[in-house]
Amino acid sequence: MSAREEILRRVRAAAPGPDAGATPVPRGYRRHAALPRGDVIARFGERVAARRAAVRHVAADELVTAMAAMLWAREAKRIAVPAGLPHAWLAGLDGVRTLTDHPPLDPAALAEMDGVVTGCALAIADTGTVVLDGGRGQGRRALTLIPRHHLCVVHADQIVGTVPEAVGHLDPYHPLSWISGPPAGRTLEILVVED
Amino acid sequence: MRFSDAARPELAEPGARRARRQAAAAARTGRAEATEEAPDWELLRDAGAAIRDRTLGDLGAHLEALEAAVIEEGGQVHWARDAAEARRIIRRLLPAGTEAALVRSDVTDEIGLDGGEAGPHSKAAVVGAGFLVAETGTLVIADRGESLSFPGTLVVVAGLEDVVADWTDLEVLLQLLSRAGGDPMRPAVATRTGRFQLVLLDNGRTKVLADPVGREALRCVHCSACSDVCPVFERAGPRPYAPGRPGPIGAVLTPQTRGVEASLGASLPFASTLCGACGDVCPVKIDIPGLLVHLRGRVVESRRGRPVPTPELLLMRGIAWSMGDQRRYERTLVRRARWARLLARDGRIRRLPGLLGKWTDARDLPAPPRQTFRAWWRHRR
Amino acid sequence: MRIGVFVTCWGDALFPATGRAIVGLLEHLGHEVTFEPAQTCCGQLHWTTGYHPEATALARRFAQIFRDHEVVVTPSASCAATVRTAYPRMDPALAGLRVYELSELLVDVLGVTDVGATYPHRVTYQPTCQSLRALGLGDRPLRLLRAVRDIELADLPEAGECCGFGGAFAMKNADTSVAMVADKIARIHETGADVVCATDDSCLAHIGGALSRLRSGVRAVHLAEILASGLGAGEPTEIPAGSRSAEQAPRSDAP
Repeated sequence: MSAREEILRRVRAAAPGPDAGATPVPRGYRRHAALPRGDVIARFGERVAARRAAVRHVAADELVTAMAAMLWAREAKRIAVPAGLPHAWLAGLDGVRTLTDHPPLDPAALAEMDGVVTGCALAIADTGTVVLDGGRGQGRRALTLIPRHHLCVVHADQIVGTVPEAVGHLDPYHPLSWISGPPAGRTLEILVVED
Repeated sequence: MRFSDAARPELAEPGARRARRQAAAAARTGRAEATEEAPDWELLRDAGAAIRDRTLGDLGAHLEALEAAVIEEGGQVHWARDAAEARRIIRRLLPAGTEAALVRSDVTDEIGLDGGEAGPHSKAAVVGAGFLVAETGTLVIADRGESLSFPGTLVVVAGLEDVVADWTDLEVLLQLLSRAGGDPMRPAVATRTGRFQLVLLDNGRTKVLADPVGREALRCVHCSACSDVCPVFERAGPRPYAPGRPGPIGAVLTPQTRGVEASLGASLPFASTLCGACGDVCPVKIDIPGLLVHLRGRVVESRRGRPVPTPELLLMRGIAWSMGDQRRYERTLVRRARWARLLARDGRIRRLPGLLGKWTDARDLPAPPRQTFRAWWRHRR
Repeated sequence: MRIGVFVTCWGDALFPATGRAIVGLLEHLGHEVTFEPAQTCCGQLHWTTGYHPEATALARRFAQIFRDHEVVVTPSASCAATVRTAYPRMDPALAGLRVYELSELLVDVLGVTDVGATYPHRVTYQPTCQSLRALGLGDRPLRLLRAVRDIELADLPEAGECCGFGGAFAMKNADTSVAMVADKIARIHETGADVVCATDDSCLAHIGGALSRLRSGVRAVHLAEILASGLGAGEPTEIPAGSRSAEQAPRSDAP
């Protein structure tokens, strides 16, 4: 008998199958944030700040200058950006060298970057989390892990209230990174863009 | 080794005890804040317990679904009956000379893996699973998510109980795991679907599953909240629980996976005052104190069949017999009190004989008063 | 009300002053107290040490004795917890016995928080684990203590941490038990209290026994004795009577 067969045999002997009269899972927990949009956005900002990440709220026409200001404040001279990041965002970055991670930068080159700018798939207000799924403008996982500074752009309409809402929107077949606060020794800044 | 013997030298390490005390205090504060902030915390716990029980009740079907989904998404699944088999499988998957980073966790410790820390030249990684979603073949890691960015082979080691039936189950389990560990969300959660080598480990878990009461321990989501609040773990540290998982959850798993006959499995259920702090904080409502009492029963039952009864069994039977009848009980009270007063000096008993001497090693006992309550009651009429 | 007293095997032999205090207190409040002499033990010791068939037999005997009592009071939170939470696991037929720990009885059943006691000492309250988590006594004992005249209550830091008694644990893991009570005593000393009070004579024997061995001077006193103090019913005395350490005040017990 193979290991697989033996283990499954033991499992089935121990747990033959679901009870006919099994009670359903009680689902009284919060699934949707019953809050106005403004409150959801504000809550996201509070939660991010509580996680030792800086957060700024700007209008759409202020995005370019705000991003430039935030990167200058960090003295970020060389930044990496994923393919698909809107070029218009980078229009204000005088004196900052931007490298697109396509084809992927080798580890040595990535290690020389001061920072990285990405978008996100969605953000979660309850927990101050941004989730990247490797999609457009987000890039591969290593991008957010190696450079010392990560600036993440979140559109206000990307913010959902609760974790159940987020799990419902995310695609499990994409590689997800849930970022809730900066990794040790690095900084994270969130730029929330409201229309 | 018996827990009490292994714990003794650990008590003589004040630096380590202090470090654990401080870490535990910080973890408790974090957890209190993170759980109080969630108005639906108790409802999440109820849902989490039910979700885990439902999965464990039909574990065979979910393991097969997981295997099919992982293979469909480009991964491979290997089955290990015990730690040695798991190690053999991993050696085969990572040829000699591969620079493999080990991301340590409970399960990698359990199978006795050692290896290098992650570095920029790591070509592969061995990680312990957080959750494995059967519906989609997705691995979820709640700590050290950066390990999923390593190029090359990713080897995932998982206990059978790490399987989660549906993607939506994560909406509850991620919240429970995170808040019980002190954060609204763990800082670096990462997921990958397929494209990994999965090693599914039994190593005694099917024995736990086979005990309808003991099975509850498999709900565990590895948050370590129980260890953080346990006053015994704080003083004794992880070593007396080894080679099993440390802390209260270890005290209810190891006797089941390794059996209640050997000294570790027989002593672990008693390595607790039943204070209940662990049961209060467990995000999936494992009734650890209840399980400890249940396992104590199994330890005692395993000894009853011996041809020569243990001294403890004779003593406990004797006490139960005395307590079973009013006159026997009253005669015992009188006898014991008389004997105890002989041992007393100035109203204190400084030394009790034999096993009871453990009490008086560190504490006085008051001399029993001349008059029991029931004698007083009888005479007050 | 007609209230039956379950003094516990431990209390009957070692701490009868607690039982006497409860009787005095309840009679002072105008109730009729009964004592069923067939009572022995609730089975907690055997249940928690793994001797489950023996525990179940003792539990069935207990239920037979107390089933028809309207209300039973006990000074032991751990025994009350055993009856309430463990009995149904031993045998579903054992559920529903109306056994109350003293502070539950006073506050919930009799609706009393001020019993009229006087106790002019600095006291700190230790919520025992069974009272805190198994019974969920909450602040009932503190509400009763706050109403006591001339008492000075001091908050105990880290009150929710276990004292290390745990029944058989004190014997089977004696070293760890002592390490835990050492920390508990340090917290008690921080309060500057003369007296540590609790709803369990078992935990108090452990804490008080260690306080006595250290010649700390702090005494361990059951809640019942504080609540029965100065009631003028003739039984309890005003000074810290019947401590769990051995410096017992002279008692004028009528034989």
